[in-house]
Amino acid sequence: MIYSAADIPVWMAVVVAFFVLAGAALALIGAIGFLRLPTFYERIHAPTLATSWGTGGIMCASILFFSVAGGRLVAHEVLIGVFITVTTPVTFMLLARAALHRDRFENNPKVPRRTGPVKL
Amino acid sequence: MSAIILFTAVSVAQLMLTTAMAISSVRMFYGPRAQDRIVGLDALYVNSMLLLVTFGIGTGKTVYFEAALVIGLIGFVSSVSLAKFLMRGEVIE
Amino acid sequence: MLPYPLLTVFLLVMWLLLNRFTLGHVLLGGMVAVCSSWAMAALRPDKPKLRRWYLLPKLFGVVMLDIIRSNIAVSRVILQGRAKEHRSAFINVPLELRDPTALAILSIIVTGTPGSAWLEYDSRNSSVLLHVLDLVDDDEWRDLLKNRYEKLLLEIFS
Repeated sequence: MIYSAADIPVWMAVVVAFFVLAGAALALIGAIGFLRLPTFYERIHAPTLATSWGTGGIMCASILFFSVAGGRLVAHEVLIGVFITVTTPVTFMLLARAALHRDRFENNPKVPRRTGPVKL
Repeated sequence: MSAIILFTAVSVAQLMLTTAMAISSVRMFYGPRAQDRIVGLDALYVNSMLLLVTFGIGTGKTVYFEAALVIGLIGFVSSVSLAKFLMRGEVIE
Repeated sequence: MLPYPLLTVFLLVMWLLLNRFTLGHVLLGGMVAVCSSWAMAALRPDKPKLRRWYLLPKLFGVVMLDIIRSNIAVSRVILQGRAKEHRSAFINVPLELRDPTALAILSIIVTGTPGSAWLEYDSRNSSVLLHVLDLVDDDEWRDLLKNRYEKLLLEIFS
């Protein structure tokens, strides 16, 4: 099914445009930070910009556009939003633990030691 | 009028998202260590998923949503298994 | 009859979001949701005890607002670049939460918020290692984590 952009009112187009641009701008800022920040532990903060409100903005825009153009509530983008919000922290936690493990294995002095006895 | 506004906004957003993808792949190629490359891959697939959704808004087709959902699912599984590989040296223990 | 009512409702809602809202899809989705919650019961996961579930929307609202705020803060740190040096650091925060589901929710909140990442939870002394991008004051962060999220989660899952 194809929805035409001409079917929606101008103020709604402005709202959709705002959300799309805000989401894309956050994703771009996240990518720039990902390139510029110096260490790995600082870099993992940058892509969460794209996965939190970067995704949120574009999903809001998509929901608004298809709901208004189709004349009925189309909210399946919520699924992508929820999915990304729940899964990205899992990935980053696993990666951060892997990075900590590797840095500790190499005795990198910038990484905090394990608290308590080491489990073998 | 609304078609012009939407077309402009979606084109600019697609340009930004493509730049973000390019930057992530730069980090993926030059990332000093393996964990940087995996975060780069993760950022790359998230951005490509967002790009597909903006394609959906631009063309008015709902097909792109399904593609975006599949990219999200597969990207998550791949990043997690790569992270697990870094930690343990094997994926399936 | 229904071992996991919340899971069943979520599966049904997901089915209806992916398809159209019609009576046929409600029936089909309901059937799928009930069958898969039985399948889940065969796996016997720990059942989370939600005591005060009506506080969940409040937690959701607080987290959404905080994510917007930290999005702006992190964007500023990135765009200012070298003009203003940020100080990133690891901090250790002792927690009172013990419930695994509550800890999982807390870790998703902390990592999902730009500017803070949950690195490692130590179950022996129940403390968590965080990494913060722009750390001004250690105690401020501990205070934020404990009073803003942990208190609410303790109330929900006590």
